[in-house]
This record gives sequence, structure tokens and C-alpha cells, in this order.
Amino acid sequence: MTTFWVLAPIMVIAAMGLILARKAVHAALCLAVVMISLAVLYAVQDAPFLFAVQIIVYTGAIMMLFLFVLMLVGVDRSDSLVESIKGQRLAAAVVGILFAVTLSIGVGQVVVSSTIGLDQANADGNVEGLAALLFTRYVIAFEFTAALMITAVLGAMVLAHRERLVTPRSQTDLQKQRMRDYAEQGRHPGNPPTPGVFALHNAVDTPALLPDGTTAEESVPESLRQRGQERQGLDDSAVQDRLREIGPDEDEEDADR
Amino acid sequence: MTEYITLSFLLFTIGAVGVLVRRNAIVVFMCVELMLNATNLAFVSFARQHGNLDGQTAAFFVMVVAAAEVVIGLAIIVSIYRTRRSTSVDEANLLKA
Amino acid sequence: MLELSWLLIAIPLAGAALLLVWGKGADRFGHLIATAASAAAFVLGLIMFVELIGRGADDRSVTTSLGTWFEAGRFHVEFAFTFDQLSSLFVLLITGVGTLIHVYSIGYMAHDARRRRFFAYLNLFVAAMLTLVLAADYLVLFLGWEGVGLASFLLIGFWQHKETAAAAANKAFIMNRVGDLGMVIALMTMFATFGTTSIAAVNGAIDSASGSTATALGLLLLVGACGKSAQVPLQAWLLDAMEGPTPVSALIHAATMVTAGVYLVVRSAGIYDASEIARTVVVIVGLVTLLVGAWIGCAKDDIKKVLAGSTMSQIGYMMLAAGLGPAGYAFAIFHLLTHGFFKANMFLGAGSVMHAMDDDVDMRHYGALRRAMPITFVTFGLGYLAIIGFPGMSGFFSKDKIIEAALGYNTWIGLAAMIGAGVTAFYMTRLMMMTFFGEKRWRDEVHPHESPSVMTIPLIVLAAASVLGGALYLGGWITDWLEPIAGHAEHPHLPVPVIVVQLGVMAVVALGVAAGVWLYRRDVPDRAAADADVSIVTRAGRHEIYTNEVNGALVVLPVRYLTRLLVWLDARGIDGTVTGTADRIGEASQQLRRTQTGYVRSYALGIFGGALLVVLGLLAVTLA
Repeated sequence: MTTFWVLAPIMVIAAMGLILARKAVHAALCLAVVMISLAVLYAVQDAPFLFAVQIIVYTGAIMMLFLFVLMLVGVDRSDSLVESIKGQRLAAAVVGILFAVTLSIGVGQVVVSSTIGLDQANADGNVEGLAALLFTRYVIAFEFTAALMITAVLGAMVLAHRERLVTPRSQTDLQKQRMRDYAEQGRHPGNPPTPGVFALHNAVDTPALLPDGTTAEESVPESLRQRGQERQGLDDSAVQDRLREIGPDEDEEDADR
Repeated sequence: MTEYITLSFLLFTIGAVGVLVRRNAIVVFMCVELMLNATNLAFVSFARQHGNLDGQTAAFFVMVVAAAEVVIGLAIIVSIYRTRRSTSVDEANLLKA
Repeated sequence: MLELSWLLIAIPLAGAALLLVWGKGADRFGHLIATAASAAAFVLGLIMFVELIGRGADDRSVTTSLGTWFEAGRFHVEFAFTFDQLSSLFVLLITGVGTLIHVYSIGYMAHDARRRRFFAYLNLFVAAMLTLVLAADYLVLFLGWEGVGLASFLLIGFWQHKETAAAAANKAFIMNRVGDLGMVIALMTMFATFGTTSIAAVNGAIDSASGSTATALGLLLLVGACGKSAQVPLQAWLLDAMEGPTPVSALIHAATMVTAGVYLVVRSAGIYDASEIARTVVVIVGLVTLLVGAWIGCAKDDIKKVLAGSTMSQIGYMMLAAGLGPAGYAFAIFHLLTHGFFKANMFLGAGSVMHAMDDDVDMRHYGALRRAMPITFVTFGLGYLAIIGFPGMSGFFSKDKIIEAALGYNTWIGLAAMIGAGVTAFYMTRLMMMTFFGEKRWRDEVHPHESPSVMTIPLIVLAAASVLGGALYLGGWITDWLEPIAGHAEHPHLPVPVIVVQLGVMAVVALGVAAGVWLYRRDVPDRAAADADVSIVTRAGRHEIYTNEVNGALVVLPVRYLTRLLVWLDARGIDGTVTGTADRIGEASQQLRRTQTGYVRSYALGIFGGALLVVLGLLAVTLA
């Protein structure tokens, strides 16, 4: 019972976190907390097999899938919490509270018999007991779940698959394109500078400094730029500070003169 | 016993409210998973109350189906995101004629 | 042979169907088919009639059933026809006069583009009229009754492009509906009382019913008869019906259809014999119509309307005779037959005159036509002599017998009928004088000419029949012939000897003729005097005794207001309710539409709310 009273508040709080978190990643972490706690509750309730499955399948596989998709669509994008449908939030709260209250009252009225416990059912071991049920009484349903899984796999493949509309461009094609761009637009044919080259910070989020003193924004990886995480490589004040440290520059003196 | 069931109901309700108020399809999906888990808890609790393993078997099946559902659901979300650059369920309001 | 009575009907019916279905392809020869069909029916009728004469007096009623028309519970109607003494006479009259008028119409309608249709309708009429007179069941009779009503409607309105003709057709049809209502109620009463509508069964069982039932049946049938025969108070349609082509007026509105009421009364002799009241009402109706028709005939200038008034008057005589009971039935039929001859003759003669006068019907534009159209003049003149009752002519015998019978019934009614005969003589003389004598008053561009022989031959035949029709009474043949149907006629007890009555009638007729000749010996103005300048009697006659106005005030106006009320109720009440409901639903739907946001989360909320309700319900059931 202790386990339950320790875990139940955690689970409720984590569940509330799931629906209140601005960032999807936080929500996913909250859900993971709930799921692991559930696994513990399963173990407490004489269901060691489900405990393992819950950890492996849910926390291990399903949550990973969620996180994986979150990465795909942008991990740290925050959701707007402004409700767009008028009255939706209030109505949801009212209906939810009524629902919970009703069920709670109802369960007190309905669940009256005393708990029997699984000692007898688990006499031969929990996994053996489940297996006996699965492969006898529920064998048809079990076979259907197999078909369902196959169907799901195929479905996921079909949905995620993208048909190629053009033939992929080869290295030769790319090279030719690069030279054509150089001839027509004067674009530099070589590799772009790597980030951090001649920069104040030798880091991937700092753009390279070109010989003429300007920065090469395209040297910062695309993903960082899209998230707005690149550093403003060269702000004037930092340069002036640095120059003061290393002493007056000859060029400047020439200029003063 | 009732406390397990009550917790299950609470989690289920929270999941349902989450479905109603969140707009990010992935979070909505997670809320649905929370609801499924809540029912699993109820199954397991009732199995213990009644002293047989049928409830645990049902929970097992729920997990299997949930796994399949997640695979398909996420694939759908990804393909929607590909075309619409958004995972908001409100964007896909084409249900309105 | 006598079992073939159905064939009499089938032949013209087939002719009508053929002409209507064949279409334009039959335009060139359709009239010949129709005439042949009518003539074939006449020949068949004649053969059957001869065979009937050859039979014994007790064996002269042959009923043929074509099978059960319909059967519903106790109600059983045989589609049966009776060929007997009465219907055989009618068959001959209808097909004989009908055939002559078919022939006449070939000439009269020669230039009408829709001649084929006209002949189809004529054949339809003949078939319906034969159904009426051959029917062995009141319901079958009613079928023919409505059939002739339909044919009459179609033919009155045959020139429907004329608004007056279309209106007249409607008027005839609607006024006949009033009479038909009486018929329908009579049929229902028969069924309710006797459980059958067979003519023989009803008339045979009438003694078992109460006297009031017989009276009710008699009066209801009289309502029907009044409608069909243009008797007061349902007479107003007949004068307007003259809008139809003249052969139609001759066949339907003089010779045959309008006498159907008389036929109905005679056919229902059993019912009328059982009710003194009903007979008295028939007599009164007949007498009033007789005088009213003569009155109207005196005042009209339209040649066809004079003849129409005359027709009303003559049918009034028949009704009067029919109301006298067994003493008068035979004479009613006798007068009906002779009237069929001479009135058809005169209508066709009038048609011939109109044909010559470019369809002008105003007698004030005629005059001195006896030289221009000698054959028409002679045949019309013979018809004239027949109708006024010139000794030896058919009308002399038939009308005289009715007046005698009326005198035997009641002196005053007899005297009124005698006066009617005098008035008849007057207006017919007036017509003759204005049309055929005096100076010519037609316009110069009109060139009167004799009609072609296809039109004059029927005139000659009918004129001969008008003259010789009295032969039916030779040796009292017709009364003996009809005795099984009409019952034995006691010789009337007259206050004065028969010869005095006859002399008196002749004196009255001579007086009428003399008055007519005297008043119209000089030239008549070619324009009628204005209403204000004529006596109130003439004015009333011209306006058909104001019956149209009375009908308008008593029936048309209230119905019109009722219609307006109903339209208003329909538009505001019923339509308002219906469309209002629809509008409210539409508005409610517009409101409800807002719940269909298209947002999946709104729908999810709905599902969740629904789940809550289900749980509440389950809980309530469990805890209750």
C-alpha cells in the first residue's frame, strides 16, 4: 500500500504535467514517469509479466517512438497554450470533473466484493498462467493480434514511404551544377568554410570569419540556423575588447596617421 | 482495491481532458496512450480482485493493440507534417464540409 | 340476336376509340368510319327490334350480362344490359337520328380542321347514350349518364377557342354535377335500402320499402333528371349549350340526351308509382318548365335559343306526362320520340339556315329565306307544323294525348298545358315569320344558298318522320307496346268529351298562330328594341327569367366567397403552418450547424460528454 500512496500522487502530478507542459518533450517525459510508475504498480499487483512488458514495450519502444517523431518535427518547439475554440477548455474541465466524480462515486457503489488475490492463479508462476490462457482460451484473439501487427507494420511503411519523383542526382551532376553556378552567378565552387574558423569561439554555432572581415552565415549547420541557435559570431564590442587586449593594430595607426 | 480503480479513473479522465485541450497531435496521442494505460491499470486491479488472470490477459492485448496503433498513428502524423508543416489538430479541420 | 345488345354500344365506342387513337392519318376518312359505325348500330338495332316484335308480349325483355362489374361485400353489380320495349325504341331513336345527324355533319363540319375529333365525340356520345338506355342496373345507367355528360361537355366546348363556348361547356358540366349528386345519393339510398342497384330489383322491391324511401328516391332521381333534361330549376345550362355546333344541339340538346331525364322517370316507374308526392313534384316541375321554356322562346331573337327554349318546353310536356303515372308514361315516350324527330329536324334546318347566313344566328337578320332555300323551308315548315300540333302531324297526336291525360289528372294543369300549346304555336310562328317570310333583311355580302344534299337528305328524312311519327299511335300501338313497362293506362275521366278537348287545343293553337302571323306580318326591325323599351315580360324572357342572376346570387357568389376564404385559409393557415414549420426547422438547423465546427476536438468533446451520459445512465440503472 505504501508503494501505491507514494506513487499515486507522483503519477497524478505527472499526468497533469502531460496536459500542462508547453513543450512536447516535457509532456513525453511526464508520460514516461506515469508509465514507469504504472509498471511498478503492476509488479505490486502480482503481475510481473505485465511489469516487464510495460517497461519494454511502453517505456522502451512506444515512448522512444514518440520521442523519435518529436525529433523529426522539431524537439523544442513550444505549443501555444491559447485556446482557439471558444469554451472548449471550460467545457472539457467541467465534463472531465463530472466524469471523474461520477466514476469515483460509482466504483464505491459497485466494487463491493473483497479482493481474492492472485496467489492461487499465480501458483505455477505468472508467466505460465498467462501463457496457459493466451494459448488456450484466447488463442484466436492472439492470432488476430499477429495479423494486426503485420498490418500495422505494412501500414506504417506505406504511410511513411515517399515515392521518388525524379532520379537522384549523381556526384557528376552536382559537380557540373557547381561549376555552372560559378560561371553564371560567380558562386564559390569550393567547400564553404567550416564554422568557427577564424572565429572568436571555436564552436559549431559560430559562423566563420571571412578574409574581408564579414561572417559566413552558411558555415553554421542548417538545423542550428533554423532553430535560431547560432551565435552572433562577430559583434563589434567583442572585437574592440579583443583588439584592446592585444594592443594597437598597425593598420589602425596607419589610418590615424 | 477502490483506490487503484479510482487512480485509474483519475488518469483516464486526465488523459481525456488532455485530448480535448491539447492541439499538438503528438501530445494528443500521448494522452490517448495515457487513457489506455489507465484502463490497463483497472484491468490488472480487477484481475487481482477476482483472482484470475483474464484481466492481465486483456491488459496484454491492450498493449499489443496500443503498440500497433502508435505505429500507425505516428506514421500518419509524420505524413501530415510532411505536407502541412504542422502537427496541430486544429489545422486539419477538413472535417467541416 | 337479342343477346347482342352489348354490340350496339361496342360498335360506336370502337369507332370513337379508333378515330381518337388513329390520329391525323384518319382525318380524310374519319367521318365515314364514324357514320358507318352509327349506321351499323342502327341496322343492328333495327334487326333486334324486328325480332323483338316477333316475340310474344311476355317475352320481350332480354337481359344480357357481360359479367360482374364489381363485387364488394354485399354489393354486387352485374354489367348487364336489357333490351326491351322501352330501350328498343330509344335505341332506334338514338342510332336513327344519330346516323342522320352524322350524315348531316359530314356537310356541316366539312371545313372544320378538327372534324375527325368531332365525329369521334359524336360516336362516343352515341355509345354512352346507348349504355344509358340499355343499362339493366342503375349503376351502369349512371356510367352512361356520365358518359353523355362528358360527350356533351366535349361537344358544347368543341369550338373551345371561343370563350363563350368554353364557358358554356363548363356551365353545362357543372350544373349537371348538381343533378348527378342527386343520382349518386339515390344510388346509395338504393343500396342501403335494397342491397342492390339493379333496375328491375329496385322497382320490384319498392313496395317492401317505406313510403318515405320511395318518395326520397323519386325526388333524388328527379334532381338527376332535372339536371340532365334542363328542367327548372337546373335549366340554365341548356340555352348556353347552343354554343356548340348545331348538329350537336340537334342530337344531344334536342333529340336524345336531354330526354334522358324522362327516360329515367319512366324507367323508374315502380318508384314513382309508389310515391304520390314524387309524382306530383314531377308534374309541377314539368309544368313550370313547360311554361318557362315557352316564355323564353317567345323573347329570344337567336334562332337556336328559341329552339332551345322550345326544347325545354317540350321536355316539360314529357315530364308532365311522366309525372301522371301509368296514364302518362306511354305518352311521355311517344312525345319524346316525335319531338326527337321534329326538333332534330328543325335544329338541323336552323343549322342549314346558319350555314347559308355565314353563321349568323340572329333571326332579325333573316327574312324571306323561303325562296333562297326551298328544301330547308319545306322541311322546317313540316317540323313547324308537327310541333304546333297541326292535325295529322306527329306532334298533334303526342301533345294532344298529354293534354288529355293532364286534364284527366287535374283541370287546371290541363288548362295550363293547353295554354302552353298556344304559346308554342305563337313563338314557332314568330320564328317562321322572321326567318322565312317578310322582306329580306340580310346584308348584301351574304348570299343565302341551299345546303348540299348531304345536309338536305337528313332534313328530308327527318321531316318525313316528323309528319309520319304519329303513326306510332295508330290503333294505340305504342301504349300497348309499352304496357309491360308503363303499366296499364286507365282511360282518363275527362270533364268534357275528348273531341271538345281536341277542338279546344286546336283553337288555342290557331289563336297562337294567328297572333304570331298578325304581329310579325310587317317587317321586323333588324335590331331588337332596347331592354328599357320592352315590357317586363319580354325583358324577363330575354334574360331567361333571370335564372342566371338568381343562380349567381344564390350559388356562385357564396361559393366564390367560400373559395376565397379557403384559398386564404390554405395560404395562411395550412401553407403558413407547413412553410412556417419548415422555416423554423431551417433556422434551428442554421443554429445547430454551428456545432459542426470541423475541429476534431469539438467532436471529441461530444464523445466524451456522451460517455459521461452513458456512465450516468448505467449508474442510475445499477443503483436504482
